[in-house]
Amino acid sequence: MATFFGEVLSVYSRAVEEDDDELDENEEDEQIRRELEEKREVHLHWSPEVSESLKSGNKLQCSDFILAVGQNASSFLSVHILSTPNWDTIGRASAWNERSRAVTGQGCEESACVFYRRKDNPTVLICQVSCYVAEDQLFQWTEKVFDCLQLRELNVTVLSDTSVADYKTADYLGGSSAPFLRSLHTSAFGDQPVCQSLEQPNIVTGLAAAVLNHCQVHRIAAVVYQCYSDVIGPDSVTMETYKPVLTKLGRSIQLDPSPSTDALRKFVRTTDLQSNLYI
Amino acid sequence: MFISSQSSAPSFRDFTLVMPAVAVGNVGQLAVDLIVSTLNMSRVGHIHTDCLIPMAGNNPYASSKEDGEELHTPAEVYAAAELKLAVLQIRAPILQSKTKKFRQMLVSWIKSSGFSRTVVLSSSHAYQRDDQQLQGTPLRYLVTPSLLKGSADALKELGWREMERVPAFPGLTDGNTEPRLCIPGGGITKGLYTDSCKEDLPLAVLLLFCSEGDNIPDAFALANHLNDWLHLLDDNSKQPNKWKIPTSWSLLFGNGIPPALF
Repeated sequence: MATFFGEVLSVYSRAVEEDDDELDENEEDEQIRRELEEKREVHLHWSPEVSESLKSGNKLQCSDFILAVGQNASSFLSVHILSTPNWDTIGRASAWNERSRAVTGQGCEESACVFYRRKDNPTVLICQVSCYVAEDQLFQWTEKVFDCLQLRELNVTVLSDTSVADYKTADYLGGSSAPFLRSLHTSAFGDQPVCQSLEQPNIVTGLAAAVLNHCQVHRIAAVVYQCYSDVIGPDSVTMETYKPVLTKLGRSIQLDPSPSTDALRKFVRTTDLQSNLYI
Repeated sequence: MFISSQSSAPSFRDFTLVMPAVAVGNVGQLAVDLIVSTLNMSRVGHIHTDCLIPMAGNNPYASSKEDGEELHTPAEVYAAAELKLAVLQIRAPILQSKTKKFRQMLVSWIKSSGFSRTVVLSSSHAYQRDDQQLQGTPLRYLVTPSLLKGSADALKELGWREMERVPAFPGLTDGNTEPRLCIPGGGITKGLYTDSCKEDLPLAVLLLFCSEGDNIPDAFALANHLNDWLHLLDDNSKQPNKWKIPTSWSLLFGNGIPPALF
């Protein structure tokens, strides 16, 4: 496209990428593509006991599945729920993509997406996802995880972090309103959410959306609590925004309602050096 | 694949299917929004697939608080039985690596559902028009041979312009420059059209040349164009604004402005 000054700019569309006419791929291209796809596959690694159970055809009995997507959501669960010694680590998921750090060994992946099960009530499952799951992996992650769960009378709660910059509203949001919660639930969800419903024209994307889609289509009761925050990275004020959700979760899970500041401090890193750009 | 949201699977036999292609300006999708919103169509199912980027939101066609809190997914099917009309709305981009799979899935669903005809609403980059296409109406159509058999008269009466085939290398007067179909910015439109020709499906494409920007007028133009053929709205008064804008069409260009800015 030419502009008034005579320069030619390449035009891009917000909807479609330039589609290349499907060229006949030779075998080498096909193989590379296949290998890349295999590398990007989502893998679930369960503990031996759980793997045995799944192999013999018994899915995980689950009445409550709580998923935390993002650092603040994960840290909130760590501080308020996982701090009691009642939880077993039963597995983790790995999803390699362009944002995975190129660190060899299991150490890095270990902390990125972990599943916990309550010792005295094994139908309560928690999953913390603090790594990035790419757009093409979201559906696969959701299908693989829910494939392992017994779906009858399952209640799903998702806590998800997002930036307030993504929140669309007609009234300008002054700095004081963030962080705040909005909810979205499936038709099968019969309870009352603890906060306001997400207004038009806002939407939810990412893992929370993939889980909601799956639950809506398979008629599972699910609710997403999306926390809009103006701080990138772990922050105690943002974490506290999820507190109202505890009233709902507290019915099936024993909670630590007032964690010590030491526990909070462990999860809130002081700003890393690379973000001291303007100091 | 299609999953019904009701207790039993709906029947689409002999229905007309209208669907958008995710294309430049999202015009097809906006036009479909207008159709669903104006005709107050009810959702009958979801297309649950790994080919689309997941997203979720509340009811984009909510007219009151009661129906506002209903979850909607990236690809849903709406139906109006009295008009024998089914509409597929696609709200999310198709993953680059899965476009072929998505097209194949759509073609097989269209076949198995028994739609009497399918209309794809699409768009193409306006800046890539050649000299001929710059003149006259920006609207074009395409039909597969299967649909041409039944609708040739109707199309002739409407006086529509068929999408031109362009030479592969404009300017080169080579022996190999056989004109071919080219829909830049049309997403899966061309692929869907050629697949439908191969599978002998009755399919039509209605497209509009446009650029990215405020595409609401383009959506109206496309919806009116479709209405001239299918007569979805039986509003005989020549009102320009017979389409109902859904509530989700707000804040398309950003938030409210901070008062402190001035």
